[in-house]
Amino acid sequence: MSLLEVKIPPMGESIVSGVIAQWHVSDGDTVKNGQNLFELETDKITSDGIAEGDGVISLKAAEGAEVKIGEIVATIDPAGSSAAPTDKSESPLKTEAAAPGPGSGSKAQSPAVRRIAAETGVNPTDIKGSGKDGRVTKGDMLAADAARSNKTTEPAQVAANPKSKIVNPKSASGSAKQTRKRMSPLRAKIASRLVEAQQEAAMLTTFNEVDLSAVMGLRKKYQESFVKKNGFKLGFMSFFTKAVVNALKEVPGVNAQIDGNEIVSNHYYDIGVAVSTPKGLMVPVIRDCETKSMAGIESDIAEVAGRARDGKITLADLEGGVFTITNGGIFGSMLSTPILNAPQSAILGLHAINERPMAVNGEVVIRPMMYLALSYDHRLVDGREAVTFLVKVKEAIEDPSRLLLEI
Amino acid sequence: MSQSSFDLIVIGAGPGGYVCAFRAAQLGLNVALIEKHSALGGTCLNVGCIPSKALLHSSEHFAFVRDHASAHGIEVASPKIDIAKLMAKKEAVVTKLTGGVAQLAKARKVKVITGEAKFTDAKTVKVGDESHTAKHIVIATGSAPVELPFMPFDGETVVSSDHAIGFDTVPEKLVVVGGGAIGLELGSVWARLGSEVTVVEFLPQIAGASDKDIVRNFTRILKGQGLTIEVGAKVTGYKDGVLTAERGDEKLSFPADKVLVSVGRRPFTDNLGLETAGVELDEKKRIKVGTKLKTNIDGIYAIGDVVAGPMLAHKAEEDGVAVAEWIAGKAGHINWDLVPAIIYTNPEIAMVGIGEDVAKAAGIKVKVGKFNFAANGRAIAADTDDGFVKIIADAESDKILGAQILGHNAGELISEVVTHMEYGGSAEDLGRTIHAHPTMSEAVKEAGLAVSKCAIHAL
Repeated sequence: MSLLEVKIPPMGESIVSGVIAQWHVSDGDTVKNGQNLFELETDKITSDGIAEGDGVISLKAAEGAEVKIGEIVATIDPAGSSAAPTDKSESPLKTEAAAPGPGSGSKAQSPAVRRIAAETGVNPTDIKGSGKDGRVTKGDMLAADAARSNKTTEPAQVAANPKSKIVNPKSASGSAKQTRKRMSPLRAKIASRLVEAQQEAAMLTTFNEVDLSAVMGLRKKYQESFVKKNGFKLGFMSFFTKAVVNALKEVPGVNAQIDGNEIVSNHYYDIGVAVSTPKGLMVPVIRDCETKSMAGIESDIAEVAGRARDGKITLADLEGGVFTITNGGIFGSMLSTPILNAPQSAILGLHAINERPMAVNGEVVIRPMMYLALSYDHRLVDGREAVTFLVKVKEAIEDPSRLLLEI
Repeated sequence: MSQSSFDLIVIGAGPGGYVCAFRAAQLGLNVALIEKHSALGGTCLNVGCIPSKALLHSSEHFAFVRDHASAHGIEVASPKIDIAKLMAKKEAVVTKLTGGVAQLAKARKVKVITGEAKFTDAKTVKVGDESHTAKHIVIATGSAPVELPFMPFDGETVVSSDHAIGFDTVPEKLVVVGGGAIGLELGSVWARLGSEVTVVEFLPQIAGASDKDIVRNFTRILKGQGLTIEVGAKVTGYKDGVLTAERGDEKLSFPADKVLVSVGRRPFTDNLGLETAGVELDEKKRIKVGTKLKTNIDGIYAIGDVVAGPMLAHKAEEDGVAVAEWIAGKAGHINWDLVPAIIYTNPEIAMVGIGEDVAKAAGIKVKVGKFNFAANGRAIAADTDDGFVKIIADAESDKILGAQILGHNAGELISEVVTHMEYGGSAEDLGRTIHAHPTMSEAVKEAGLAVSKCAIHAL
């Protein structure tokens, strides 16, 4: 147990592998306990690999390599030397007469040898043992494993080098009309998941528009007392979240998903809220929205979105949502068709609020209007359900007292 | 004058000699075993290991009854010691064991010859009027206590361990010169029986070969048992019931009605006719041996205390077995790196391989795992929770390089570490081997785990 193993930590049941996006240390570096060693990207989150001891690190996985949860990606030698054990490290006192005894060729292996064999795949029977009667010792196994991983990491490091930005290799002048950068693993995963969702589901989008006068009126009227009480502002998201919960209750078919040949109906209301982060889109989940107050939902969103942007999100924050709300309006989008967050069956797209002339009771009035888009999986959700759902959302936003009465 | 001839003659029937003779007989050799004393077993059985252990056990019982029984709810009104009976018990132990050796010799058809042996040539030894020849002769004559020239043994007040195992009264003030295994063990015996014991050691620490942390704790414990420990003190003489010593410019004096001089043992090579046989000695008068324990004279071997190396019975035994096997054409084996050494005080010190201090001084990169008996359930239950186990392992390969144990029965606990080491085992191997619960041996396992900071019952 002289070497500390650096393993990919478990991150939740749905994640079985990830990609080493970047090593922050080089092979042979001296690392300190708690030091950030590498960035691990999974399809959901990016996390850091932390050293659990001081010593000299030996990397066992290349940058960009796909690694499994629990896989050993490096070892840390606390002795502070990266040299493989040599004969010098054997007993410093010389034995004068060590004649081989009668038990040569014993197949019994010590517990440490068995452990290293199981963990590294080094086969003790392939090694010339230095122990009594040729037995393989733990030191023999460590040396064999070190020799083997030195061989395998070398080409990997070479292969990893092109990752550093190659500037338009075809340009004779070297001026950058194009730059190329390998797709980050997180980006690649987002890409493949979106394509998957689009290919897998029978995706369709229904639209509507909503008049935000009532919500804006409420916000204006109560913002001051809301802030005074809670310390943060009343936004739009809590209204939409509540409206979605209300609509899901009215149209339970939307709160369901396909799992193989079965339809799984969800009886809970954990709503995902898409957040744009420097690393890409993330969808942290707000739990039990049906029981939370508006203030509770607002504070949850603020807290989780902040962590998502800071890269401090955990996998648990991302798992288990039944429905997603995405707001392209903050970037000014008038109208778009969101893609499902599989395996969910529907996603609500919010858009920019613009004042538009509307006909109300035979008169043209200016109203703050937003287009709504509901993309849904038509395999599971009928058009009637989808449209009804979206109308329910619209009605609740236009007349928030419906949320109170749950109608 | 008669003459007989053998395949092998072994001179000296101590643990090295008799074991060598027995092993050779097992392998079919015609063996003679020559011993000057009537009882077999040598120093170890007669005046060394065994009688001192008998005394240590008896005196420990006495000390328990007197000092500790009450804490267990056992009330005994002022226990008394009967020295004559105590010594008789010791003698019974010795007689039983030496008799056992004689019986085994007879059963193995080893010819026991009583008398002093002297080489007349390289193939012949003379005992009294009889000459005995053999193709192979093993010298196993052992060692004798070293005398201080300015205060020779008189057998009455200035004594060796040979006498200190047989005082007929408890000395009022006993000064022990030399804080090694023998001095500390016999010092402990007489301290428990009521003597005021002072140990005077020339070196800066008692139990010389042990790591400093072991010695520090050991010294504390012995002081707690009433012994006075004086280190760095050079003994200058004994006169009118006072032992004098110097520590630098400081003059020390210790009143003593008995002085046990236990400053070491010298190889016993006198009057053996070694010059006649042509056997070479080294500068310390030890018999020089090369590979397979051969002396410079073909057919003559030497084992145990008469050759360089630790003067320990178990080492001599292994020498004896190995040399018998080599003589018989077998693959004898002995690993002199792995001779455990024990001090049988209470608690005991047990050591094997290299210590932490030695490793660090030699620049060997090691990791040390330490586990206190204070966190061991059995030790707590048995009131033996003072001390600890240390495993010293190679920093890279985790191979165990040594162990030091301070604790009750440490001598029994060290064996498994020696076994692991013999097979090239790592500290992890020790830690992954099941140890019965609740036993003190669990502390050995935990110390193995502690090498990689994985001890379960310690932080």
